[in-house]
Amino acid sequence: MTKTILAVDDSASMRQMVAFTLKGAGYEVIEAVDGQDALDKANHYKVNLVLTDINMPRMDGLKLLEMLRQLADYKSIPILMLTTESSNDIKAQGKAAGATGWLVKPFDPKRLLEVVHKVIG
Amino acid sequence: MSTDLEQFYEIFFEESSELLAEMEACLLGLDVSSPDLEDLNAIFRAAHSIKGGAGTFGFTDMTEMTHMLETLLDRLRKGELEVRSEMVDAFLRAGDVIKGQLAGHRGDGAADPVATAAVCEELRKFSEAIYASNETADITTVKITDSAEVKSITSEVNDATGAAALNVNPALTVFSIAFSNEGVSPRAMDNLLSNLGGMGSLEKLILSGDEQRSKLLLKTNSSEEDIWEALAFVVDPANLKIAAEILMSTDADTLTPDPTDEFEAVPSLSGPPYGFFPGAPAAPNDIENIENSAATTGSGRQVTSSHPVAQQKDDKAAATAAETSSIRVSIDKVDQMINLVGELVITQAMLAQTASQVDPVIYERLLSGMNQLERNTRDLQESVMSIRMMPISFVFSRYPRVVRDLAAKLNKQVELKTVGENTELDKGLIEKIADPLTHLVRNSLDHGIEIPEKRIVAGKSAKGTITLRAFHQGGSIVIEVCDDGAGLNREKILAKAKERGISLLDGMSDQEVWMLIFEAGFSTAEVITDVSGRGVGMDVVKRNIQSMGGRIEIDSAFGVGTRISIRLPLTLAILDGLSVAVGDQMFIVPLTYIIESLQPTASDIKTVSGHGCVVQVRGEYLPVIALHEIFNLRPHSTEIHNGILVILEAEGHKAAMFVDALIGQHQVVIKSLESNYRRVQGVSGATIMGDGKVALILDTAALVMASQKESVK
Repeated sequence: MTKTILAVDDSASMRQMVAFTLKGAGYEVIEAVDGQDALDKANHYKVNLVLTDINMPRMDGLKLLEMLRQLADYKSIPILMLTTESSNDIKAQGKAAGATGWLVKPFDPKRLLEVVHKVIG
Repeated sequence: MSTDLEQFYEIFFEESSELLAEMEACLLGLDVSSPDLEDLNAIFRAAHSIKGGAGTFGFTDMTEMTHMLETLLDRLRKGELEVRSEMVDAFLRAGDVIKGQLAGHRGDGAADPVATAAVCEELRKFSEAIYASNETADITTVKITDSAEVKSITSEVNDATGAAALNVNPALTVFSIAFSNEGVSPRAMDNLLSNLGGMGSLEKLILSGDEQRSKLLLKTNSSEEDIWEALAFVVDPANLKIAAEILMSTDADTLTPDPTDEFEAVPSLSGPPYGFFPGAPAAPNDIENIENSAATTGSGRQVTSSHPVAQQKDDKAAATAAETSSIRVSIDKVDQMINLVGELVITQAMLAQTASQVDPVIYERLLSGMNQLERNTRDLQESVMSIRMMPISFVFSRYPRVVRDLAAKLNKQVELKTVGENTELDKGLIEKIADPLTHLVRNSLDHGIEIPEKRIVAGKSAKGTITLRAFHQGGSIVIEVCDDGAGLNREKILAKAKERGISLLDGMSDQEVWMLIFEAGFSTAEVITDVSGRGVGMDVVKRNIQSMGGRIEIDSAFGVGTRISIRLPLTLAILDGLSVAVGDQMFIVPLTYIIESLQPTASDIKTVSGHGCVVQVRGEYLPVIALHEIFNLRPHSTEIHNGILVILEAEGHKAAMFVDALIGQHQVVIKSLESNYRRVQGVSGATIMGDGKVALILDTAALVMASQKESVK
């Protein structure tokens, strides 16, 4: 069965890169432009993995994490933070909010796929 | 897999330009005394997003600059530092530098290295000032974090572009590797060791089944990242420590701290590119435990190597779906389409003409089909034309910066207001209008707005206002540049014109005097500044506007202000017109100028001695434009009451145009007379009619204005 990934980033170029890479690897990709958009879409699709940027307008990635973890469907699915901040502070905040792991920006398509495969196969 | 990142460059460039513009707008709108947190956040986010993209796509110069910006902005938004106006200036300049860098990557221009260095220096000073003021113990730590992050980004970029990561010259490095054995199966461990062994010479310091920790020494020319990659699938990255024992690099900055230190204490040179939180929902460790699979190490790689086939299959679909909301089309294609639609309109008109001669009773269905064709053609034409339309905010948005910089340079206080930014006009015009408009804005600021002292003496507020306004009027778009400055000085302009040898007429109206400033070689500034030039500009402005088919007008009151209006056609390609006949000639009158048409009675017409005729229409006397006189034609009748008068209004003046007959209403495709023949007074263009004949399109505004002059005399 095709797995569905929700990719959340306010930057269109990043979103496209992520979507293109993942679609190329046979995943279904749903794109969202910020946390609020992602939350709306999360309610409408069955998602196997969420990749979210942290710094976004309207609703940031940390808030999104918290909100998603409150939804029954998203309690135990993997959620990865894509972040330019590799500092431990952000990681700690992410962990507290319920993130599964992190991927530091910038990353190349190869690394993205590695991580995704690692998480959802 | 090799996904070519270049395909995303264009969208990144566009996105970055938008972000830069947004950042600039926010910076310009920022109230330095009480900055809005939302604004600061927005500025930060813009810098942050550009940095993220630049890092991903390998534009290191942009990454470094945005990183400096981001660091400062982060402290500003966290309230660790007060916003100062010098900072805003520096940020604006940094934005310029990034713009230059962006242009460089795009292949049109480059960042000025001197300016780049200056801005870097400036930003660095601000951050140093922060550290100096924050007299806390962790100053150095913060600094290290910052530089480490920059390095990490740089090395990642190198990796992304295929170079060996960390060290540019792949010298041999000894890495000490320490990790927790917890949850690592013996088989996975064997795999791991053979993988690491393949990278160089591996020395096992502690490796045991009982011990919870393993320690290895690896001498290799592989990068730290490669080691990370090999390990990250097997062991919990949170418990993994990799440190370079000896770096053979000469770069002092890349020296890593003592490897025996705690992992958390000193940030690694290149932090783990990714990782998972142990125990977090759906973390890979959990998954592996549940699945209890043996194939842990290789799983990622195996899948990776198997998907290129699937990828090829899906490439097309992905590319199509990638951009859902808009597509990028070359302007040539759009223009070609506009031309084709233009031809279609002519063909449709031709068919309509032929169809009008058939018996409507017998050919009823043909005629209703013709009607439908006409409607569809018109709709098609409208939607095609709208592709080229863009809001004028594209142009207006650049002026806040221009005004800000210039006002500071001239020690003037100026507020810029923009009205009607959503007014749309043709993309071609948008591009061409920017330069003349910039010149007018600069001119208003330089020559129009007075210095604050003078303004106060004149009883005005110290702060001057420049208003940019755009609106539709009939078939034109009007763009105004208004200032509440000193206004034009009639005497001064006349004196200067005389001095320059510009021919003057007696009793020139104010309007005519103002237009003198558009003459070549005219400048009234007492001191020539480097701001609005030496008077070589205004005549160029006028020429540019005219070449776009527009006209320029000035209204001014001494001491009150000046308003310069530019009137442009909405689009250069198509026109709704009324065809009129004079003798055997046909002319097209743009519909937008026509108020009504009427057949006058002989008593309505009065002859003014030596100045032609006027006609009384609803109590108003209007000058009569006799087309046959202007174009030297032989009309069916020279008696006005035997023909038809078309009442026109242009630029606030009315006139009645005398023609033999009205023929019909058409939508015509404008063909330039100038480029195919030459400019003719009173004619703005030509078109091909349905029957293949050429009809001239009248320059109605010019005709009306000419009739006004005539009647004033």
